[in-house]
Amino acid sequence: MRRFNLNLWLGGVLTLLVITGAVFAGYLTSLDPVFDANLMHAEEAPNGQFWFGTDEQGRDVYTRVLYGAQISLTVGIVSQIINSIIGLSLGISAAYWGGWWDDFVNGLTNVMLAIPSLIFALAIMAVLGPGLPSLLIALGLTNWSWTCRIARSSTLSLKGQGYVQAAQTLGYSDIRIMATQLLPNMVGPILVISTLGIGSAVLAEAALSFLGLGIRPPFPSWGSMLTGARELIVVAPWAAVFPGLAIFITVLGFNLLGDGLRDYLDPHMRTRQ
Amino acid sequence: MLRFTMRRLLQMIPTIIAVALLIFVIFSVVPGSFASSLMADGKTASDPELLARLNEQFGLDKPVYIRAWEYLSGLAHFDLGTSFRTREPVLDVINDRIWASLKLSIAAMVFAIVIGVPLGFIAALRPGSVLDSITMIGAVSGLSMPQFWLGLLLMYFFALVLGWLPSFGYGGGDLKYLILPAITLGVTPLALLARTTRAGVLEITNEDFIRTAHSKGMSNSRVIRWHLMRNVMVLVVTTIGLQFGSMMGQAVVIEKLFSWPGIGSLLIDSVSIRDIPVVQGTILVIVLWFLLINTFVDIIYAAIDPRIKQT
Amino acid sequence: MTDTPLLELKNLHVGIPKRDGYLDIVKDVSFSIMPGEAFGLVGESGSGKSLTALSLIRLLKKPLKVSKGQILFKGRDLQTLSDREMRGLRGERIAMIFQEPMTALNPLKTVGRQIAEMFVLHRGMGWAEAGRKAVDALASVKVPAPEERVLAYPHQMSGGMRQRVMIAIALACDPDLLIADEPTTALDVTVQDEVLKLIGELCAARGTAVLMISHDLGVIANMCQRVGVMYSGRLVEERDTYDLFAAPRHPYTKGLLGALPRLGTRHGAAGRQRLVDIDGLIKDREALLQEFCFQPRNTIRDPRLRADGAA
Repeated sequence: MRRFNLNLWLGGVLTLLVITGAVFAGYLTSLDPVFDANLMHAEEAPNGQFWFGTDEQGRDVYTRVLYGAQISLTVGIVSQIINSIIGLSLGISAAYWGGWWDDFVNGLTNVMLAIPSLIFALAIMAVLGPGLPSLLIALGLTNWSWTCRIARSSTLSLKGQGYVQAAQTLGYSDIRIMATQLLPNMVGPILVISTLGIGSAVLAEAALSFLGLGIRPPFPSWGSMLTGARELIVVAPWAAVFPGLAIFITVLGFNLLGDGLRDYLDPHMRTRQ
Repeated sequence: MLRFTMRRLLQMIPTIIAVALLIFVIFSVVPGSFASSLMADGKTASDPELLARLNEQFGLDKPVYIRAWEYLSGLAHFDLGTSFRTREPVLDVINDRIWASLKLSIAAMVFAIVIGVPLGFIAALRPGSVLDSITMIGAVSGLSMPQFWLGLLLMYFFALVLGWLPSFGYGGGDLKYLILPAITLGVTPLALLARTTRAGVLEITNEDFIRTAHSKGMSNSRVIRWHLMRNVMVLVVTTIGLQFGSMMGQAVVIEKLFSWPGIGSLLIDSVSIRDIPVVQGTILVIVLWFLLINTFVDIIYAAIDPRIKQT
Repeated sequence: MTDTPLLELKNLHVGIPKRDGYLDIVKDVSFSIMPGEAFGLVGESGSGKSLTALSLIRLLKKPLKVSKGQILFKGRDLQTLSDREMRGLRGERIAMIFQEPMTALNPLKTVGRQIAEMFVLHRGMGWAEAGRKAVDALASVKVPAPEERVLAYPHQMSGGMRQRVMIAIALACDPDLLIADEPTTALDVTVQDEVLKLIGELCAARGTAVLMISHDLGVIANMCQRVGVMYSGRLVEERDTYDLFAAPRHPYTKGLLGALPRLGTRHGAAGRQRLVDIDGLIKDREALLQEFCFQPRNTIRDPRLRADGAA
């Protein structure tokens, strides 16, 4: 008998909500997030026509929040996929081959852990310049150290198992063993850490865009919407409330989903925060 | 103990060198030279003579590996280079800003510890209670909230609506100006501390030695004071260290939001005017802080946990 | 020996609260221990011996509770005592030794301090005086170099030494009753004997009664004058040790004795006497409540062994 997993359900519902908003943005609003500016309606409080109010150019905040979900989710998911690929290939190969490669990967992981990932991403953004591709690279290259550690330690414990040795005796290539024997056995913990990783990537994107280094206006990134809202906070606080709420709900969704998955997959498993 | 400390400090050096090199390389692969981007805003951008002179002045005409070597050997003498903009040594520029950052970090951490640890403790002693549920919901919310958004809302409410506190700036060191940024920065570590403390207490209360303590005839409060507290602190100290260490990095956005004159806002400003030596220096200081705090935590850890060998 | 028992259990039931009453795990257990007597409780793991012991000092973990029956210590019902009165008894009059010497001591405190706690708690001493008494206590359990060992941490000691520390703690205040829950199970075979002998000698010298709990009939036979056999939450037989070995009555006891290797007989070879094992496993507890208590094991079928009325 399994206990009702509130985290999993609530996290699932919230993420589904955000994904629906992103995918069906075009159906959920008839306005355009960038071009439908109407100074006649600038800085209007939430009302029947503009559910979340309007910003200083008279753009519908609701519409911009919906389209903002597309950017946030794209950045979050794609950069986490890049992180997972890097972390998994480095971690598994380091533990499997050992030797100088293992030492190198270990050293690199320690260096990566020493640089706060937001600062690292910020440095890369400073070099590459703002924009979606730079964001994907910057966030995709800077948050793989935990994945790498988990992959490495699982590989170390799996390496001695009978079926891995059996595959070696059968003459399977190293790459094939890693992909077919080792990788499938760490899906659970990797799934958990990746789900949590999407949440932190969404947060990082918002912070970078807020600083003017990520997605630049007029494109509707939640972070850059908040930059604009900061100037308007006295006259149009709603322009600050709703994009922030959207970030909060998205990140909360992925965090709860990650916690819930962890409880679901293994009630005793704990990762260090 | 002294040898242990020395050894841990020496172990930091390779990491620092690697980080310095990594940052240096990142900023050296930029297409076009720093000098040209430095002038990009002015009308002199196309003046080749000035460009050459600037390049020479900052030593940018030399090959990358020579500059990397010079940068690293400069570091060995605590020379972080010269600011492109102010022409001052980077170390001086950072020195002007770091104290404000330290003040903010310490205030935020104290706030997080003073509230987070007791909250986690109380929640764990009554698992399943209303307070426990509220704490845990609050903790996961605190971890999911974009800090700068929270800061913005706090600023709006306490500074603009209620008018109790100044909305931003340093105020020449007036503590009133510290409150909002410190609370904003402290929320994430607070949430994390409440969570780890609670998990730690729940873990330790199930240990056999707690049952032993009860079988000795100890009252609950004595069991907590004599046997639970210190064992939980050993678990919590790691989280405190990690959070405190990464605080300078997290503070970047908050400092910018509240116009706090620390190294975080220095970093952002230097990035926007492409003052690369300052950017490199600031990042290096942030990393150094992280490593120092972690080393310090290891030493504390060794001091309070006899199971760790101090060799 | 006087006629009034030191400890008397009357129809003790321990269970988990359910919507309608209790799901009992320990059922209708009654026995008594005279002052200075050593009483053994034997049975396989899961038979309820440890729960019976924990209920004596009121340290059952939630949601377990004493659902029915009385526990009389020196004629007073322990159920009716306040928490404070109970704490005064714990460690002072009734002490307990646990199975796992590895985890039963706090890893972050010196063993001396953990012994000294007893004197601070029950004798009102200051830490300095209690510390000196701890050295004596450690010497009394034959730990070599006690003045140095008081400063050792548990992880610096062997399992046998740690169990001696546990004994020193338990006997620190000269209790009337010592409950030893599988005190040697986790130890090396070579150390087991020494520790048992130590418990026997010390308790005999001080006139301390012992409740020895073990799954090992050999341990009980060496130490105890009387034995109770527990099976599936019930006390199925309670006799003089000698009588029990000579002529076991209950089929389960016969099974237990049959599983014991004896000197002078040879096992294994065809035609010779073989060790008997008891077939089957203890069935699901819920099922046991309704069904025949001993029926799942198919070698013995005895209609007297119904769950609702013991043999």
